[in-house]
Amino acid sequence: MSAPAPAPRARGGVSRARVWSLVAVPLAVIVGSAVLGAAVILLSEPLIPGRQFDPLLWLTAYEAMIQGAIGDPQEWAALDFHSLVSTLVNTAPLVFGGLAVGFGFKAGLFNIGAQGQFLVGALGAVIVGVWLHDAPAPLAIAGATIAGMAFGAAWGFVPGFLKAFAGAHEVVSTIMMNYVAIQLLAALVSGPLKVPRSPQAITFDVGNAAFPVIPFLQPNGHLGILLALIAAVGVWWVLYRTTWGFEVRATGASPDASRYAGMRPRLITVATMTFSGMLAGLAGVCVLLGVTKSMTSSFGTTVGFDSIAVALLARSNPLAIVPAALLFGGMRAGAGLMQIQAEIPAELVDVIQAVILLALVTSPVIRRLLHADTRGSHGTETAASPAAEAAR
Amino acid sequence: MTGQSGTIQAPALEMRGITKRYPGVVANDGISLEVRPGEIHALLGENGAGKTTLMNVLYGLATPDEGQILLDGEPIRIAGPADAIARGINMVHQHFMLVPVLSVADNVLLGEETMANRVFLDRKEAHRRILELGRKFGFEIDPEVKVSALSVGWQQRVEILKALYRNARILVLDEPTAVLTPQETEEIFAVLRRLADQGHSIVFISHKLYEVLAIADRITVIRRGRVVGERRPAETSEDELAELMVGREVQLTVDRGTSHPGRPMLRVSGLEASDDRGHPMVRGVDLEVRAGEILGIAGVAGNGQDELVESIVGLRRPTAGAVTLDGANITGHSPRALNEAGVAYVPADRHRFGLILPFSIADNLVLTSYYRPPYARGVVRDGESIERDARSSVERFDVRTPSVTASAATLSGGNQQKIVVAREFDRELKLLVLDQPTRGLDVGSIEFIHKQVIAKRDAGTAVLLVSAELDEVLEISDRIAVMYGGRIVAVLDGPTADKNDVGLLMATGGTARDGAQIAKASA
Repeated sequence: MSAPAPAPRARGGVSRARVWSLVAVPLAVIVGSAVLGAAVILLSEPLIPGRQFDPLLWLTAYEAMIQGAIGDPQEWAALDFHSLVSTLVNTAPLVFGGLAVGFGFKAGLFNIGAQGQFLVGALGAVIVGVWLHDAPAPLAIAGATIAGMAFGAAWGFVPGFLKAFAGAHEVVSTIMMNYVAIQLLAALVSGPLKVPRSPQAITFDVGNAAFPVIPFLQPNGHLGILLALIAAVGVWWVLYRTTWGFEVRATGASPDASRYAGMRPRLITVATMTFSGMLAGLAGVCVLLGVTKSMTSSFGTTVGFDSIAVALLARSNPLAIVPAALLFGGMRAGAGLMQIQAEIPAELVDVIQAVILLALVTSPVIRRLLHADTRGSHGTETAASPAAEAAR
Repeated sequence: MTGQSGTIQAPALEMRGITKRYPGVVANDGISLEVRPGEIHALLGENGAGKTTLMNVLYGLATPDEGQILLDGEPIRIAGPADAIARGINMVHQHFMLVPVLSVADNVLLGEETMANRVFLDRKEAHRRILELGRKFGFEIDPEVKVSALSVGWQQRVEILKALYRNARILVLDEPTAVLTPQETEEIFAVLRRLADQGHSIVFISHKLYEVLAIADRITVIRRGRVVGERRPAETSEDELAELMVGREVQLTVDRGTSHPGRPMLRVSGLEASDDRGHPMVRGVDLEVRAGEILGIAGVAGNGQDELVESIVGLRRPTAGAVTLDGANITGHSPRALNEAGVAYVPADRHRFGLILPFSIADNLVLTSYYRPPYARGVVRDGESIERDARSSVERFDVRTPSVTASAATLSGGNQQKIVVAREFDRELKLLVLDQPTRGLDVGSIEFIHKQVIAKRDAGTAVLLVSAELDEVLEISDRIAVMYGGRIVAVLDGPTADKNDVGLLMATGGTARDGAQIAKASA
């Protein structure tokens, strides 16, 4: 009404500084990790017998990795975008996983069990997918997807419930649930779900339940990519535009104040872990219905663990999770070509990823080193804990 | 300004033209301060005036952009707290830095281990010095007693002892009386006097005017980072100091008017409650607060007030007894149910309970009402109406902020508390529960909040006020209940209650007879 007019302009000015403070640390971390990766290449070169020392091998490696992730102009000219599409395919499950872990962070919960929820999500999708393999595609896809979501949700519900009503710390219980998931998957794939008389522990194909390829994203860009984008916007909307999201963020930022305000932190904990598990389950659905279409006992990349790094890099912001997942997805997609062209093992990607993760976990320290954080310098009241930092 | 040339003693400590800038703020703007040997020098100012920054500069925690510090006339640079201590500058913080499970001697030795040789502590020597210092300054204490067994007043003396043990010549005390009863305050003043008489220099930081007048030899008032005046107690008054401090005329005591109590609104009977570890803290409390009156609960912190309040507002389940609101039983109801029934609560710890600091002002204003119209339609929040109402609240409650989307953490303590008050007061209320509503606030904000409380009372709300600040209870309560050891030991008439009587009841609980007598005498 009679509110002062300059407010929006002031906000714009603040947000530029804020954007910088949000981007500065992740950027520094990524560049720093790449430099360390290069150092690893340089240092390990002499260890390989019979190989000429090449001081620029790291450059070749990164070139190959980037080419593997985005392709090159010649391909683009031929309208061949398979490298980019392959990045997107690697990105989609990381978006779901990153959203799962990030949503937990927002409520102050560390869902380290995204890997287990990811595995059982895929398990749910393959069980129902195989069962509905010759049903009409929309029905088969919906059935398998919902099953995967339900499995993941159940896997998140258990630690959430234990946390809320028995005080069991979610980090411990989700890690244990990861092991249960791994063993359960191995048992089912080599037992009841196994194709009879197959020499290999493998399930049947999901048939009609497989995600269709999106026409613009040939050769293998599937429906899951679209779903991941929708999920990112959806989770953002839930967190910032609904009363439930407000409760989740309030509980994460201050459990005491939210209890005082009449919220019920226990129920919110259970609901958050369940929702988080459901999102991680969707990551499993995405890989199973979109890529592998059947399950072997070796199913299970480290999507669930990589998701933690994605969420940390994005500081749990659902929209920032998309670019963060793209970075990791791109590295995964480019690792193959790097291995072929530079003869660097694809595992270098794991090294870089691990360095990023380590750096992010210690990011309050890095923040201080960069002096990126000038808040609270004239008052001790705003001292923020690392956990609150991650939750924000 | 006092004539420099005529002074007999050279200053022990001199800070000249100290300027410290932080991004967007000048925390200290050319502040000069001199403290002579044997002088108690009070530094008076509101929160955020720059007192803490100035002391951080002195303690080596902040580097000044301009200005110098002189110790005995010699310019020095203080590299950090350890350096400051080595030069004889010591600080006693508002929140004690003691380890409760250790003995007095251990606490004194902490960080300053007197070594008999390279490996073992020389406890004998430490004991001897602690006893000697105690004797010298009039507070002998058993070095082997555990700090947790000491009263707050004695814990503070241990802090002072720590400083003296490190050969402090200049002692800075940050709001030393905030946690003390009137009797303890007098005792600590006696100790400080004695220290000064023996040649120590004392910097006494406070925002309590009458205390500053009672103890200081000189008073320096700062406002917004600048020195706005220097006075001697004899030549000034509380009113003048308040005006200097705030920059305008202030009503120090709000005119409480006369109360017109109506029907009983809150009734607590036989209430018992335990703390988180299961110790009984509230042991049979009976209370009645009528519509249109303020009942103040006075008591030394830790006598069950927290548990009593939490039991009334639904944050703690009482183990026995009943709470009724306007005739309806509300024992054990949830905070939300109570909120909807017309109970408002201003918690003591606004950072932990009252606010979510990283959240915006607008979000904090709807913390208890976010789920209902007009702030939500179904599960979807209505950002527009949240912000619109927030702008109106911010204006009416005079919250100083550039925008309602700024986070609560960016505000000063006074403005933060105004948000809590705006949220809790701005509706029809039956019962208003206030727990230390003005803790740590500046004079201007206290005045504002007290006026709001009185207005609420006059509108027919029952007000229950709990405060460890006895002055606050005395100032605005219509009746005063003294809580001791989990019980109400006396109920006195507010306007006529005597400060010393209440202080005595707080400290000792009195016997039931004493309480009745005092109650009678002051009625």
